[in-house]
Amino acid sequence: MNLYQLKIHEAHELIRDRKVSSEELLLSVLARVEDVEGIVQGFVTVTGDYALKKARETDQKIDRGQKVGPLTGIPFALKDNMCSKDILTTCSSKILKNFVPPYNAEVFDRLEEQGAVLVGKTNMDEFAMGSSTENSGYFSTRNPWDPARVPGGSSGGSAAVVAADEVPFALGSDTGGSIRQPASYCGVVGMKPTYGRVSRYGLIAFASSLDQIGPLTRDVRDCALVMNAICGQDPKDSTSAPVEVPDYSSFIGKPVKGIRMGIAEEYFSLGINDEVRKIVEKAIARLDSLGMGKVELSLPHTSYALPAYYLVSPAEASSNLARYDGIRYGFRYEDSESLLETYKKTRSVGFGTEVKRRIMLGTYALSSGYYDAYYLKAQKVRTLIKSDFDQAFEKCDVIVTPTAPTVSFRTGEKVRDPLQMYLNDVFTIPVSMSGLPAISIPCGFIKGLPVGLQIIGKPFDEGTILQVAAAFEESMPFEDMKPGFGSYAKGGA
Amino acid sequence: MKIEKKDVEYIAELARLEVSEYEKEMFTEQLSHILNYVKVLEELNTEDISPTFHVFPIKNVFRSDQVKESLSREEVLKNAPGQEKGFFKVPRVIE
Amino acid sequence: MDKYEVVIGLEVHLELRTETKIFCPCPTTFGDEPNTHVCPVCLGLPGVLPVLNKRALEFAVLTGLALNCDINSHSKFDRKNYFYPDLPKAYQISQYDFPVAKQGHLSMQTNGETRVIGINRVHLEEDAGKLIHSEDGLYSLVDYNRTGVPLVEIVSEPDIRSAEEARVFLEALKRILLYTRVSDCKMEEGSLRCDANISIRLKGETELGTKTELKNMNSFKAVQKGLEFEVERQIERLERGERIIQETLRWDEGSAETISMRSKEEAHDYRYFPEPDLVPMEIGTQIVEEVKKRLPELPQEKKERFVIQYGLPEYDAEVLTSTREMADFFEDCVKGFPEPKIVSNWVMGEMSRHMNAAGLDFCNNKVLPEHLVEMLEMLQQGRISGKMAKDIFAEMFSSGKKAEQVVAEKGLEQISDQGVLEGIVEEVIKNNPGPVADYRAKKKKALGYLVGQAMKATRGSANPQMVNAILRDKLK
Repeated sequence: MNLYQLKIHEAHELIRDRKVSSEELLLSVLARVEDVEGIVQGFVTVTGDYALKKARETDQKIDRGQKVGPLTGIPFALKDNMCSKDILTTCSSKILKNFVPPYNAEVFDRLEEQGAVLVGKTNMDEFAMGSSTENSGYFSTRNPWDPARVPGGSSGGSAAVVAADEVPFALGSDTGGSIRQPASYCGVVGMKPTYGRVSRYGLIAFASSLDQIGPLTRDVRDCALVMNAICGQDPKDSTSAPVEVPDYSSFIGKPVKGIRMGIAEEYFSLGINDEVRKIVEKAIARLDSLGMGKVELSLPHTSYALPAYYLVSPAEASSNLARYDGIRYGFRYEDSESLLETYKKTRSVGFGTEVKRRIMLGTYALSSGYYDAYYLKAQKVRTLIKSDFDQAFEKCDVIVTPTAPTVSFRTGEKVRDPLQMYLNDVFTIPVSMSGLPAISIPCGFIKGLPVGLQIIGKPFDEGTILQVAAAFEESMPFEDMKPGFGSYAKGGA
Repeated sequence: MKIEKKDVEYIAELARLEVSEYEKEMFTEQLSHILNYVKVLEELNTEDISPTFHVFPIKNVFRSDQVKESLSREEVLKNAPGQEKGFFKVPRVIE
Repeated sequence: MDKYEVVIGLEVHLELRTETKIFCPCPTTFGDEPNTHVCPVCLGLPGVLPVLNKRALEFAVLTGLALNCDINSHSKFDRKNYFYPDLPKAYQISQYDFPVAKQGHLSMQTNGETRVIGINRVHLEEDAGKLIHSEDGLYSLVDYNRTGVPLVEIVSEPDIRSAEEARVFLEALKRILLYTRVSDCKMEEGSLRCDANISIRLKGETELGTKTELKNMNSFKAVQKGLEFEVERQIERLERGERIIQETLRWDEGSAETISMRSKEEAHDYRYFPEPDLVPMEIGTQIVEEVKKRLPELPQEKKERFVIQYGLPEYDAEVLTSTREMADFFEDCVKGFPEPKIVSNWVMGEMSRHMNAAGLDFCNNKVLPEHLVEMLEMLQQGRISGKMAKDIFAEMFSSGKKAEQVVAEKGLEQISDQGVLEGIVEEVIKNNPGPVADYRAKKKKALGYLVGQAMKATRGSANPQMVNAILRDKLK
């Protein structure tokens, strides 16, 4: 086994026992990146020199007797919408193609404090708007299981580099499913914590009332380790919750007997692929066999979540993205006669089509005369969606659903029809609209393509989600399933 | 909801986006399509429902009035496309 | 033009005197090098989030209480979206439907009557940066130091009926605001700014006429002049049978006229929506009670108390309470020298005269209440004369010395010793037999001459009342 293939907890043991240095682990990871990045195209920026410096510093600290934490010396990647001081942060947008932040996102600070080593910034749909990473302003990322297919999105780069063994873990962000859906498509573990669990400070905003950062890892235990590092209130984020953070690792390996599992009929009807449904039903049967009680329930407003989301999130985005005007940072269109022209040309050239489409939609939803009918209406519907879950969680402890209605689709297949693309997130969006925590874990394969199982929990009860996910993973391991890179494999690469 | 070209022009102006004729037509069609789709929300009676602007009821988050160091001016202007004498430089504002 | 009624409403923006900005810990210092009080948050860098400065909220509540407003127990922030280079996020965090305070009023005196002007709302928001246009007009320069300085916006009801009333309202408002110490209210530095909405209607009409909005009035005088001009302009138009066009106008101090800003007739569509990055505020009784403790006695109450407690004339009470500092100075003096009217005369007279001439105020001049008290005691004891007191005070004011020291250094003390004065008087009688004879012959004017001689002999330091009495006694 190569070092780059190790999971966080495996690599940690080697570093702790001084069998491997951070530098050795990093060099193996960087060599792997070099090897497969040509196929995967998951990184916008690889920070090799920076990582080497950090890894050596970490080794020196270990030499001096500093305690080796679970993430000490572990390489990782950040989605390129999280600010990193003095390191290019582009949001995969041309409008930020030269933006070098003078400050760090809170999550990045927390990971560096733990001694984790940043290897690079990952590709994404521009400003996190998309479900395939095809909306990147630079290039598309490929799915390691089949490079002709998309890795999902918007955290497609983060999911792909973890799946391709380029890094042990990456952070992604999830607004309507942007961690869970790519995790599902790439066969990795991806968690969206409760809204307010992780500081958004330094996360470049898409839709502020929905955005949440979370980990993408190779197994559930690793997910818990990263959650331990990034969760917790931050005085710099007014919306971060003053709720105590448990040791998530303590939930791993605990029996799940007696945990009530809710099954909502709506999640097995809305445009779901038949094979996906069968695999998810099998997974549910497995959980049932572990002693979890099954509760049939209904979340009647599920189908309204997607349309409500496509009013709320573009509205917030239209305001959040107004600051990209070519005045203080980022790209500016230079040949303008006036300020107004600078604004318009800068934004028209700097933003991609999907971003412009959502800015237009959001501006419309907030504009004079339409606010009540669109934005306010959608926020009221949000209340109904949330109360569905509130009621459901009186009867169960977790709700189990498919993560996405299909497996990964072919690159280019849905780019022409925005609405068709939006439907990928039909199972993840209701959860986002309700601020709830949820995980996606691999639960099976269809013709070599992974299928994800979504486990939704009560607010701030990520522990129970991890407990169930770990139990499932243990009972149905896919360890030997590794992405094959399709025709690029081995000789092809 | 039918969006017309003049609506698209108005929104584009508000959002400071320059849209080509082609884009105007494309957005007119796509936005109409999407707004038609979201019309399904009208099925729900939300008269007595209060909106969810924040998913969890956190209130009164404050900072104390204590000064912390600002950025150096070099850092402030580092990313500026145009600068002069410590200021950001912008094209003329037509009043 | 008696058939018309003028309707004016004012919007006042006030920079709050907090240490740090409203949503980030940068200092609010005015007048420093450009872009030196800027951080990722107030620069609106991608990814940053605002966190509310508690003191800014408290100051807004204090402002609301001082203006007799109801404090909204539920308040929140909203985004006001528009593009301008001085606005880094392209939205201003402001308050739309739940301001910190609403429905208050302010009483003021004008032409001898009390007028009550309604206050519609008091809300919190962030200030924008500063834009400097190049001389050739080809480009502009932006300084973000002011970006994020906390502002309260105070909106009056359209209850103001003349340009003069508008000025009086502003003066009364400023007086109250200075009392609360939430702002230094300097119009010339922009910490107090005023926009006005003006319309004209026929008397008795209940509907409002078409209004214009007037901006760029940089002093109280300019507010009055600008509004006078605009009122006249509107009336002239109406008289000519023309309609008023709803527009934004700029007061041009140089040409003394209002000029249309005509910044493209783009409809203002600010697309307000609740700020998702800030959580709502629950301004409960605890916060309100805490702030109430800091609410000082306001000018009107203080004035009324001064009349009753100190027996001062209305006029004195009004002047003495024009600032909290003056009123405090007066009361500190009265504590040591319980003769309110004498203290009032000195504070309003000599003290104010010297401060005005030197451009100083009660916070930064060298005369402390105990210094004035000491001097007034010397005056009361007859150790110094009224005329000497004025000279001594001038010296105290310029040097910061105490009265005793000035008197000692200049040998200014008044001669009030009976024995010494008797000797001097006897000498004067001896040397002026003619006037003495005249006095005895009932020519009363001669007494004045003899007193003058005694004063002359002592180079003015004799106590004239005593000299007078001794002379009368000796010439009986």
